Amino acid sequence: MATISENLPTTASRSPFQKWWDRTINTRAAYTYLIPAFVVMGLITFYPLFFQVWMSFTDYNIKSLNPKAPAYEAPKYVGFQNYLDIFPKELKIGPVTIPFFGTDKLSAKVQNFSFPRLLFFNLWWTFSNVPIHVIAGVLIAVLLNVKGLWFKRFYRAIYILPIIIPTLVIATVWRNMFDQDSGAINQAMASVGQLFGVASPVFRIRWLDQIAPPIPWLLPGMSLPLSYYALLITNIWLGWPFMTIVATGALQSIPADLYEAASIDGASPVQQFFAITVPLIRPAMVPAAMYGIIMTFNLFNLIYMMSGGGPLRQTQILVTTAYDLVNGNRLYGMAAAFSIIVFFVLLGLTLLTNQFTKATERYDV
Amino acid sequence: MSEKLSLPKQLLYQAICLLIAFTVLFPLLWVVSLSLDPRDIARPDEFRLIPPGASLNAYQEVLEQPTANPVSFAELAFNSFRLAAGVAVFSVLIGVFAAYAFARFGFRGRRGLMLGVITVLMLPSVATVAPLFVMLNRINVNIGDIEFNLRNSLWGVGLALTSSALPFAIWNLKGYLDTIPRELEEAAKIDGAGPNQTFFLIVLPLAIPALAVTAFLGFLSGWTEFIMSWQFLTNPKDFTLAMSLWNMTGQFSGDTPWSKFSAMALMVATPVAVVYLLLQKYIVSGLTIGSVK
Repeated sequence: MATISENLPTTASRSPFQKWWDRTINTRAAYTYLIPAFVVMGLITFYPLFFQVWMSFTDYNIKSLNPKAPAYEAPKYVGFQNYLDIFPKELKIGPVTIPFFGTDKLSAKVQNFSFPRLLFFNLWWTFSNVPIHVIAGVLIAVLLNVKGLWFKRFYRAIYILPIIIPTLVIATVWRNMFDQDSGAINQAMASVGQLFGVASPVFRIRWLDQIAPPIPWLLPGMSLPLSYYALLITNIWLGWPFMTIVATGALQSIPADLYEAASIDGASPVQQFFAITVPLIRPAMVPAAMYGIIMTFNLFNLIYMMSGGGPLRQTQILVTTAYDLVNGNRLYGMAAAFSIIVFFVLLGLTLLTNQFTKATERYDV
Repeated sequence: MSEKLSLPKQLLYQAICLLIAFTVLFPLLWVVSLSLDPRDIARPDEFRLIPPGASLNAYQEVLEQPTANPVSFAELAFNSFRLAAGVAVFSVLIGVFAAYAFARFGFRGRRGLMLGVITVLMLPSVATVAPLFVMLNRINVNIGDIEFNLRNSLWGVGLALTSSALPFAIWNLKGYLDTIPRELEEAAKIDGAGPNQTFFLIVLPLAIPALAVTAFLGFLSGWTEFIMSWQFLTNPKDFTLAMSLWNMTGQFSGDTPWSKFSAMALMVATPVAVVYLLLQKYIVSGLTIGSVK
């Protein structure tokens, strides 16, 4: 009879052979349950990933797609060429036939591509977003948790809205809101401006296209175009409610007598916040922040649909670039190499954040 | 702490809360207002919640034909629904067995296989577009009179989505099964139930809420999926709602049919938003469980 659970109280009284036998029986039962999932995953998840590794060492392009087509060229092995092409400052690619456009001298390189900038911007994008989400989320949760506040349920119902609307819809709607001529943002600013007698042409801000950085000194060595700020505003709108929900759950599990004791001892509300609230909600907030970091790092829909990575590829992140290599340039081999680099970047990021999580856990205990 | 909030404080807090509520609602009010505008103007020129002569014409036009392609909203919605439901049901049905194995059996290769699942889970779906496109493009399905390229069909997109939905389903369900106390299963075992009986009669009924939430999350990812379908599909008859919504936002504001776009955006978002609202409590805890473990 197979044992169901792995921590039944068996270990002490059983012989090593018995344990080995239990484990074998368990293994057989477990694999019967695993087979369907792993057959499917083997075919459509793992096999494509290994195929991707092979592709990354070839010049797989649009001509290699269909073996029956007259222009077919089998993908050639190029060694590490794809990787070597990605890392330097400019992504050079051979003259490539792009559908509908024909061979183009411009396509001899992907314009304005720079891997170091791309990676650095992606990290900056992530770490300029998530702290704002967490801080705003926690503060709003604390506000909503104030005893005796009216209409709490009403506010909670409204504040959930950014989470429940598909990002695709949010991205397309905000793109239209940031439109230069007819967008809501420019119009709202113009109608406020009117009250102070500022003419409305001032408020025809080119949110998504303006190249000149509005705050040139913010990040030395990298220009952040206006579209970065538009994306930041949108993502703050999108990101804080999740943190508020997680923080609310954690806040409600803090016993009220802690605050009572603290106020009897004469601690101010600010002191109480830092001495009681912050340490006690940290175990919930750290994983939520990690989740936010990975989500923001890979936030495809928002960037692809709002700024398209523009202007001049200045707001591209890794995943939007990977998609452009497939969808725009049809460079499957190059895209495969790029995806593998993305994988290792993510692996590093995950390991780092995990280390950080463990470190903070230890701090709490 | 039963003392009441003083009135000035209460009013201050209310003002802050209302301000936040306004910023959250602003884009939504804007879209609702645009969708009601009968003029379908390229430049909405004033700021009103209910525009003059408000009508539901835009909704009607979207129902008939949202984009330049000769497809109705119902056809697009049916495509999205088939895709989403297929991915959801398939990944949960297969995933729950694997999740049970990971949650309850100590077996050889457990760590290695779990690592495999997590690794795949970490990859964003963009990172697998290239190999899936190339591989599915090589497969031509030929059954009787029906002949199609697997890549250029909803079946292909469904397979591509399942490749990341399945690991997610396994992980999410494992996280939930871990929280079910083992005592029930042990009692069943003492009563002579085998592992299969325990699974089907004890664990599966207890896991129904988790199955529903995981299926819904799979459905959501299919309903709003853009990356694969945009890259794979070329026949307008196969297009999905997400693709059509993106199609409507033109390169320049003058190209965008604002009223129709807004009506479409609301019609795509509302059904899933309502279900999300109902399942909200379970979803948030599920997501954090998934990310912690």
